[in-house]
Amino acid sequence: MMPEKKLMLGNEAVARGCWECGVHAVNSYPGTPSTEITEECAKYPREDMLCEWAPNEKVALEVSFGVCQSGARALSCMKHVGLNVAADPLFTAAYTGVRGGLVIAVADDPAMHSSQNEQDSRYYARSAHLPMLEPADAQECKDFVKLAFDISEKYDTPVLLRLTTRLSHSRSVVTLDERVKPEIKPYEKDAQKYVMMPGMAKKRHLIVEDREKRLAADACKMPENRIEMRDEKLGIICSGVCYQYVREALPEASVLKLGLVNPLPRGLIEEFAGKVERLVVIEELEGVIEEQIASWGIAAEGKNLTGIQGELSVNRIRLAFGKKLPESADVPAGIPARPPVLCPGCPHRGAFYVMKQMKLTVYGDIGCYTMAALPPMSSMDACLCMGASVGMSFGAEKALGRDASRHTVAVLGDSTFVHSGITPLIDSVYNGGHNTVCILDNRITGMTGHQQNPASGKNIYNEPAAQLNLEALCASCGVRDIHVVDPFDLKKSREELQKALDFDGVSVVIFRRPCQLLIKGETKSAKVDGCRNCGKCLTLGCPAIEKTESGVRINPALCVDCGLCAPLCAFGAIKSSVGGENK
Amino acid sequence: MNHKIVIVGVGGQGTLLASKILGQLAVSENLAVKVSEVHGMAQRGGSVITHVIFGSEVYAPLVSEGEADFLLAFESLEAARALPFLSKDGTIIVSTQRILPMPVITGAEKYPADPLGGIRERVSACEIPADKLAEEAGSIKAVNVVLLGAMAKRLPFEKDKWLSALEKCVPAKYLELNRRAFTLGYENS
Repeated sequence: MMPEKKLMLGNEAVARGCWECGVHAVNSYPGTPSTEITEECAKYPREDMLCEWAPNEKVALEVSFGVCQSGARALSCMKHVGLNVAADPLFTAAYTGVRGGLVIAVADDPAMHSSQNEQDSRYYARSAHLPMLEPADAQECKDFVKLAFDISEKYDTPVLLRLTTRLSHSRSVVTLDERVKPEIKPYEKDAQKYVMMPGMAKKRHLIVEDREKRLAADACKMPENRIEMRDEKLGIICSGVCYQYVREALPEASVLKLGLVNPLPRGLIEEFAGKVERLVVIEELEGVIEEQIASWGIAAEGKNLTGIQGELSVNRIRLAFGKKLPESADVPAGIPARPPVLCPGCPHRGAFYVMKQMKLTVYGDIGCYTMAALPPMSSMDACLCMGASVGMSFGAEKALGRDASRHTVAVLGDSTFVHSGITPLIDSVYNGGHNTVCILDNRITGMTGHQQNPASGKNIYNEPAAQLNLEALCASCGVRDIHVVDPFDLKKSREELQKALDFDGVSVVIFRRPCQLLIKGETKSAKVDGCRNCGKCLTLGCPAIEKTESGVRINPALCVDCGLCAPLCAFGAIKSSVGGENK
Repeated sequence: MNHKIVIVGVGGQGTLLASKILGQLAVSENLAVKVSEVHGMAQRGGSVITHVIFGSEVYAPLVSEGEADFLLAFESLEAARALPFLSKDGTIIVSTQRILPMPVITGAEKYPADPLGGIRERVSACEIPADKLAEEAGSIKAVNVVLLGAMAKRLPFEKDKWLSALEKCVPAKYLELNRRAFTLGYENS
């Protein structure tokens, strides 16, 4: 029988590879573009591969480490900034090594399609002295994750699998294989290897250094690092999706394709450099490979041609080598942008409307609600990383005094609060702050596409799970002033928020209403009759409310009749089936 | 030779189903194929773009500017925005539907009177009322399949092949509706 072939997303292929090579458990926190790996893993029988969403990437990796330390294969997946959170266990797991295989899939986001920075995860591999593989299509996603587990067990090390957005989110054909389940390795107590105190760690550090040298030598013979000789005038070193761009833009060039991007196969690179007249490294983001090659005294170009910003592309490479670009038209003038927006019926809209009315300084966070920074809401002053809003709002009080906290809030979602908002809340209480923390509790992890979390009451399989009680949690952190409101009750939201701002201590306001996208079934639409064109409803920034010459129009295809806009109209011109007393 | 198609629309319009069906068709025909999608932040009502490339040997998962044989646009403004992708001999297949972006909704900017003005004179453009045809087929959500039907005639696959790819990609209970949508697009292009 012919093996089955399937068109698979890169992330889906990573999941398939994990299942085929007998991964025992998958623990992750969602983050674009890595999320679908764990979601796809959860589609396989859990008797084969048990999947869980962790509260954050650090916890995810620690659980995975426990799995592998107990002899079974474990995977954790995260986006590039998630690896910052998981960096603490990562650097020391590099010392202990593994019993069962341990692989961390990390997805970088060049061009920041859904991210706040453009960091290059390859630097983590270098500084933690960990092997890193980088596939170039979906088939390699599957093959390389299996190889990653083999390397992990053979060399006794965690292994990083680096993906980028264009790999994670592009589909290509994958040949499916059978599943082979390795035995769980027998447990033996080995404190010298697994208890990292200075005396033990000093010995392990020697092993880490030796391991990396062995891997670098062996990497010269790995078939995943291969020389493709074509024209000797130009030789390109590349990996990942850049290999595809290079093959298309420079079909005549000789190529050294790297599958293992850390440690680098020095011997193989020297051999390739000796065979070609001009050597160029084509890599997205930082010049990680180029810098190392230069340090060995090999003359190579790279970042002088491509720069470090954004994604590379076939045309960017053509341009860098003076090739003619295909003829193409410009975007016509006068085409308005179409930025992402909060959905019609989004519960966050009520909360941000109130904050804007109250002219508050808003420390924002990572989630759908970051879009409230855009017009017409424009209700955000700063946004840094997961959970940072809480600490930032406390910091503002230190700089500007207690009164600053009378008109300042921190805003973060339920999942983001659980991820990294709890410890800064404890800090604010412990150190005598007066800041107000608004938790936008929409009962789901929204932006990454609806993943369950500890506060949602369900697990990754959508089964009932222990539900974190946010009010009780905040109370036990020492918060004495806790309010729970429906963000669509604008009047009550404003009142409770004012009380919180006035309170002599740290306050928490939980704006609780489920994400509109969780509500299934047909919805009605609000109607407009007798609009005076005052524009007040337009300040909500709802995509269903359109401005026209003769007054506003409500788009029935988009409106979900959430009822937020109707009470705002001083003339009663918006009719909704949902009643309310908002003004 | 490879076929290169860029599909554009507004987040939530179902561009991913169109690329899935195209991908499925290419796999059934034993062709090399790559499909590149947008997930995450850009999906929330923003512009979305999907690239589909199939043929004998496919490297990059993205279509370069100036190389698309077809620009399949679910919305007029998005067709204009993606114009740089189209090759000089390429064809735009566009739904005449309009979806207002936030800067237009708030009145900060105007929706152009004719987003394709000056474009249809230079390239081959097939403008169809895909939203109306989808409603005729039974659901506005079938705009994606109407547009695929309109493009199908111009690609070297028989109609049966398209329909069997469709069957593999949509749930059974929506199959009839989608068949109707496909045929309406096919016949009205």
